[in-house]
Amino acid sequence: MSDLIETQHVEVQPRSEDYKSAAAAARLRSRYRTETWFKYSGLVAIGIATLFLAALTINIVRSGLPAFWQHSLAVTIQTSAEDVNPAEIRGADYAKIAKDALKVLFPEVKERADKKALNALLSSGAADGMRDRLAAEPTLIGKALDASLLLSADADLYLKGGMTTITTRPGSGSATPSEATGEITIALPNADFPANFAALKSQTADLLLDDKMPSLLLALNGGIAKVTGINAGSVTAGVILPLTSNQTAAAGDWQILSYLVPESERRLNDQQVTWLERLKVQGRVQTHVNWLFFTSGDSREPELAGIRGALIGTLLVLFVTLSLCLPIGVLAAIYLEEFAPKNRLTDLIEININNLAAVPSIVFGLLGLAVFLNGMNLPRSAPLVGGIVLALLVLPTIIIASRAALKSVPGSIKDAALGVGASQQQAVFHHVLPLAMPGIMTGTIIGMARALGETAPLLMIGMVAFVVDVPKAFLDAATVLPVQVYLWSDLPEQAFVAKTAAASIVLLVVLFAMNGIAIVLRRRFERRW
Amino acid sequence: MDTAVLNGSGAITGKVASAGCNVYYGDKHALKDVSVVVPDRAVMAFIGPSGCGKSTFLRCFNRMNDTIPGCRVSGKFTLDGEDIYDPALDVVQLRARVGMVFQKANPFPKSIYDNVAYGPRIHGLAAGKTELDAIVESSLKKAGLWDEVKDRLKDPGTGLSGGQQQRLCIARAIAVGPEVILMDEPCSALDPIATARVEELIDDLSRNYCIIIVTHSMQQAARVSQRIAFFHLGSLVEEGETQKIFMAPTDKRTQDYITGRIG
Repeated sequence: MSDLIETQHVEVQPRSEDYKSAAAAARLRSRYRTETWFKYSGLVAIGIATLFLAALTINIVRSGLPAFWQHSLAVTIQTSAEDVNPAEIRGADYAKIAKDALKVLFPEVKERADKKALNALLSSGAADGMRDRLAAEPTLIGKALDASLLLSADADLYLKGGMTTITTRPGSGSATPSEATGEITIALPNADFPANFAALKSQTADLLLDDKMPSLLLALNGGIAKVTGINAGSVTAGVILPLTSNQTAAAGDWQILSYLVPESERRLNDQQVTWLERLKVQGRVQTHVNWLFFTSGDSREPELAGIRGALIGTLLVLFVTLSLCLPIGVLAAIYLEEFAPKNRLTDLIEININNLAAVPSIVFGLLGLAVFLNGMNLPRSAPLVGGIVLALLVLPTIIIASRAALKSVPGSIKDAALGVGASQQQAVFHHVLPLAMPGIMTGTIIGMARALGETAPLLMIGMVAFVVDVPKAFLDAATVLPVQVYLWSDLPEQAFVAKTAAASIVLLVVLFAMNGIAIVLRRRFERRW
Repeated sequence: MDTAVLNGSGAITGKVASAGCNVYYGDKHALKDVSVVVPDRAVMAFIGPSGCGKSTFLRCFNRMNDTIPGCRVSGKFTLDGEDIYDPALDVVQLRARVGMVFQKANPFPKSIYDNVAYGPRIHGLAAGKTELDAIVESSLKKAGLWDEVKDRLKDPGTGLSGGQQQRLCIARAIAVGPEVILMDEPCSALDPIATARVEELIDDLSRNYCIIIVTHSMQQAARVSQRIAFFHLGSLVEEGETQKIFMAPTDKRTQDYITGRIG
């Protein structure tokens, strides 16, 4: 043997018997068991995850979709120069014009309280669309206009079916009202329900026809009367929609209506529900896509509240965030990965970057408050400040992801470039960076998605605020989508429930769009080696 | 080490040379006092068992070891008498003058054309498109690849076969007009036919270039080289003309190695 190598001699025997024994078979079975178990646990995990995801999506979509539709009232309005001063078209009292148009449809409404109830069916911005039309085309003043008046959120909610269901059944026997209007008595010689009611009342002494009970109404002679008391063979009732006459309605010509949700438990009273039903029958209620939701800013009135302010705010904030943290993050990553000397200082920087990635986001909000608002006197609620704060928040994420991407580029590529006489910088920018780009894109999108969903840091710099105007510049007061979701979820009006879900849908769509762009960019940059 | 010939003025002769080279990786003393002179227009082969330091030594000549953290090089290295480790010398220009071909073919994930054109582009060697085309064509021809790829210069270089990729890397190294070409086991991943082609190419190139090749194959060293240096455990054991090393090695370790009793 050569003196260049030293070999120790150890006896090694083939161990084929060990692979054929019963113990070996048991080991094999046990391995198969483990592998099968692992496979099925994985499947179960995926199944559960998919289930949760589906439940979440279905829930959000189902509660959010109604917010994308809206109801309004089709009326013809005759404007005059008296109502609308052609010199000052926008200054006219459009709320009054809208109310007058509705009043025409229900001439019998005289009482102040009833008028108020009727007007409550209209949104406070009911005629805003008409105002814009007139302002754009002043020649329309004085002509009859086919206008559509926006209904209030409560009316809209009722028409979407979220408030009560109405059952109808034919009355048996004849019905004879004493009068056509006002408080009346209706003789019902053969009807079954007074008897039923009397039987019920004999069992429960304190059973009353009040607003805790489903409402009972009679439709006869082209009008509707609400039953207020039941006697043997007759009922007392208040007329809600005037009857055409006090003639006897024959059997089959009148109906018993029931509004199943008690009046005290809904936002619209029987009178208002009946008016809406009448308008529906008249074909005046229109359903249309809720463009207002996409074109207006926030509002206290649910039917007028829109997402545009928050959407533009989000885009402005993300623009600031991206244009700050992409160049800074990528260049920092390149420096640390490719150029920085490996010493204590760079180690310290690296540890701190990793720590910063895990800092709770509200801390960045405090930093923004102290430095940008108090220190630099930048305005509150501004997308610029929000963008800077979020850029600080996602910078560590982008640096870490970019470093990982740079590190994953095979060293042979850089060697090749250095080997033909490229400088370190040329090798990095011509070869390593392009190959790392897909990974950097992914990291950036993850960071931006995080920025998109943040609320807490914005709390501190005043972006959690009721902002009506759609922001136009980086220093305008603005809010962002997740903050809008949070704000709406906090409001008591039921109509905002759908708005909240709808805003979440918009947020998700923005997120998907961002991911889509990321995928396209990845495809562009991706190269095989 | 009788080959590190110092002339009267203290400069080293030969195309490239080293005198008293020591390399440390952290605390590990990887190369111990190595001195070698490589003549111009010839092929020198570095042989030795794995981990003996021959690749490390090769990488000293174009200062590729600079990129390895914790690696320290001392001693004198010259290219045409110029100090390679002179702080005033631009390492990037040095690497253009001393080209390198790596063990694993590493074409850029770009087109065949761009692979070859990259070096001339960054060094500004071509005044225009026509000149660049001419450089690419002549480099590919010198590397014996032109006929195989002339119709698909826009195809990715990574789509070629292993042997073609290695020749593409050689073409890329030639394209910047180096004086010395370092080859680090260029055929270790190639089949015998591809190896034969590359060896033929090395033989051709040696008429114009100074070539240093690291190899594990005795036969390859015997076929392509005029001089051989045998390394063992970080030391240069023996250096001399190929024929002499194979026929009459002076050191027993060399003899054991080349006769296949170790390695």
